[in-house]
Amino acid sequence: MRRPPYPLKNPRGVRTVRRARTWLPGLLLVAPSIVAIGVFVYGMLGWNFRLAMTDRHSTRQPEEHFVGLENFINIWSEARWHLSVRHAVVFTVVFVLGALLLGWFLAFLMEKGIKGEGTFRTIYLFPMAISFVATGIVWRWLMNSGQDERAVGLNRLFDAIGLPQWAWFRDPEWGMAAMAIPAIWQMSGYVMALFLAGFRGVPEELREAARVDGCTEWGVYRHVVLPMLRPVTLSALIILGHISLKVFDLIVAVSGKQIITDVPAVYMWVAVFDSDDPAKGATIAAYIVLAVAVFVIPYLVWSVRKEKQS
Amino acid sequence: MRRWLATAAMAGLLALSACGGQEPGGTQATGGTAGGKQQVEVFSWWTGPGEADGLKAMVQIFQKQYPNYQFFDAAVAGGSGDKAKALLKTKLDGNQPPDTFQGHAGAELQGYIQDGKLEELNFLYDELKLRDVFPSQLVEQISVDGKIYSVPVNIHRSNVMWFNPNVLKEAGITAPPKTLDEFIAALEKVKGTGKIPLSIGSEWTVTHLLESVLLGSMGTDAYNALFKPGANWASPEVKTALEKFNTIMSYAGDPQDDWQPAAKQVADGQAAFNIMGDWAYGYFHNPPEGGLGKKSKVDFDWAPSPGTEGTYLWLSDSFTLPKGAKNREGAIAWLKVAASKEGQDAFNPKKGSIPARKDADKSLYTDYLADALEDWSGNKLAGSIQHGVAVNQPWLASINEAVGLYLGTKDVAALQQALDAAAKANLQ
Repeated sequence: MRRPPYPLKNPRGVRTVRRARTWLPGLLLVAPSIVAIGVFVYGMLGWNFRLAMTDRHSTRQPEEHFVGLENFINIWSEARWHLSVRHAVVFTVVFVLGALLLGWFLAFLMEKGIKGEGTFRTIYLFPMAISFVATGIVWRWLMNSGQDERAVGLNRLFDAIGLPQWAWFRDPEWGMAAMAIPAIWQMSGYVMALFLAGFRGVPEELREAARVDGCTEWGVYRHVVLPMLRPVTLSALIILGHISLKVFDLIVAVSGKQIITDVPAVYMWVAVFDSDDPAKGATIAAYIVLAVAVFVIPYLVWSVRKEKQS
Repeated sequence: MRRWLATAAMAGLLALSACGGQEPGGTQATGGTAGGKQQVEVFSWWTGPGEADGLKAMVQIFQKQYPNYQFFDAAVAGGSGDKAKALLKTKLDGNQPPDTFQGHAGAELQGYIQDGKLEELNFLYDELKLRDVFPSQLVEQISVDGKIYSVPVNIHRSNVMWFNPNVLKEAGITAPPKTLDEFIAALEKVKGTGKIPLSIGSEWTVTHLLESVLLGSMGTDAYNALFKPGANWASPEVKTALEKFNTIMSYAGDPQDDWQPAAKQVADGQAAFNIMGDWAYGYFHNPPEGGLGKKSKVDFDWAPSPGTEGTYLWLSDSFTLPKGAKNREGAIAWLKVAASKEGQDAFNPKKGSIPARKDADKSLYTDYLADALEDWSGNKLAGSIQHGVAVNQPWLASINEAVGLYLGTKDVAALQQALDAAAKANLQ
């Protein structure tokens, strides 16, 4: 039996120290962000859920009581909440589908090797660098509801070229679909970049192999490229979906806090700052978090599983 | 592929940095000194044409009278102060108040008073003998349990009907309507000419219209009683008023983005009537940088909104003294200027409002403002809903919500029910 190179009194302790040397610096490095996220994200989330389950319907109330899920149930009897939720759903469907389709289509055109591709790519990506507030202020003018001799913005253009005019976001039924247009304009360039990266990630050999086997060009896309874009599509869906469900700045910039374009995030703001009802605001915030979780959690599960596989 | 992902990520970062990083001005200024002078941080939402000029005129007097203080403008843009108020709330909740802030006099300040955020100003009223120079009904309507918490700088009128004389002539209307029934008949006549009978703006302008219709239909005493304990918003009188409101709304044009484009429709001869506060006068009358440069009595004209003659549906901008102000003495100096005849006479002609004081120099107020000054001295007073005199912020939020939902459904019964529920919840 060989002796250890140097005498050891407590071999186990040294092993602990040695092991600590491998993980401790890393832990120390990430510790500040773990603490910050723990307090400011998860701590606040917990605090919000706790507040949502109390009867604190005024900041001036002396005490609060635990009321369970009462606020979560009661809010469904409010006409405004139904309107808000309906608006959020319409906005999300139009925005997510619109941005995905337009982004995909732009990437598809780029991928076909258009001349001056770099310029186009920059042009399409630029709107992303603008904040939703700036976008909203410009589109508020473009989407002015005045018609015929009072038309400005898009209606003026449509009037001149003989297209039907529309009340845009002031349309009582489908106004929120119009509200999604600036969001699509802003985000489709980003989706394009994601898809373009996805397209470029499909090895040329695969396409050639398919072509050699007698596949048409459309078939190559249908059976080879599109299936390989699934992870990109999923990422884009998650990113767009969570932006859409908590949309606030765009709506406020376009129409302020008017009921005709009310969404949960605006309702939450009014509940807290105007109505002075923290419990109701927290309840709405909790519903927004839950709605986003519906998008994000399956994605996390899927990516963890995929990591394990590879 | 990597490169494009990187580009996308960069773009994302850019967008993020564009959103964040905006520090509201003023925080770094509290209690600071500039060139040996102590700063006084004054928080307001006067940034628009007219109002900013008025503020500047008042600041000049302040700097002359109190050379030791440096005025610091912590104004936040946004009509009616809805963005400013959100920021103010966070500042007060965090016990980092500005030295003095603008607020609508009346119920809007109640929340701050109940929270103990404001100092009472009875001492200032006694020292400057302000009870003698402000109308007694005004002092009574801004007092809470005998205590006064703000200094009103100006008075605006909410119940003004603006109209285009040419459009009225074209429709065969000889005199501006004096009652709501005459008003409805006039709207019908205008409709026949193809013009917009009544222009409206965003949703708050409809609440603004509603308060004039309530007052016009119910009368001053019944209207004022709506905001006192025991008020009955489910009454048949309110129902009648709301039905008239519903009829009037059926003549409204497409909603505009805010009150200015709605007022502009009247000035441009596209619409006949618009009910808006008297800040519209400055917009009609001022030269084109801030206004429309229209001629009064020719391009536009005014009358009290139908059924409200003899009543001044008022609102007032006022300044307060928050507890824990870093520069309390400086804030009191500002309040003294704001309360003074000189300060009010410098501010108001520019802002397009009349002074709260009774002893103002009448020669400074011409045209519309001369009318307003005369009415103010003789009329009964009623407090505005939309502009924070009669109802506090939560109550107003409920009323705005009820009106907003009504605009979608046009359901008058539901509107009355919601207004009644809002009153019951806030009058306990």
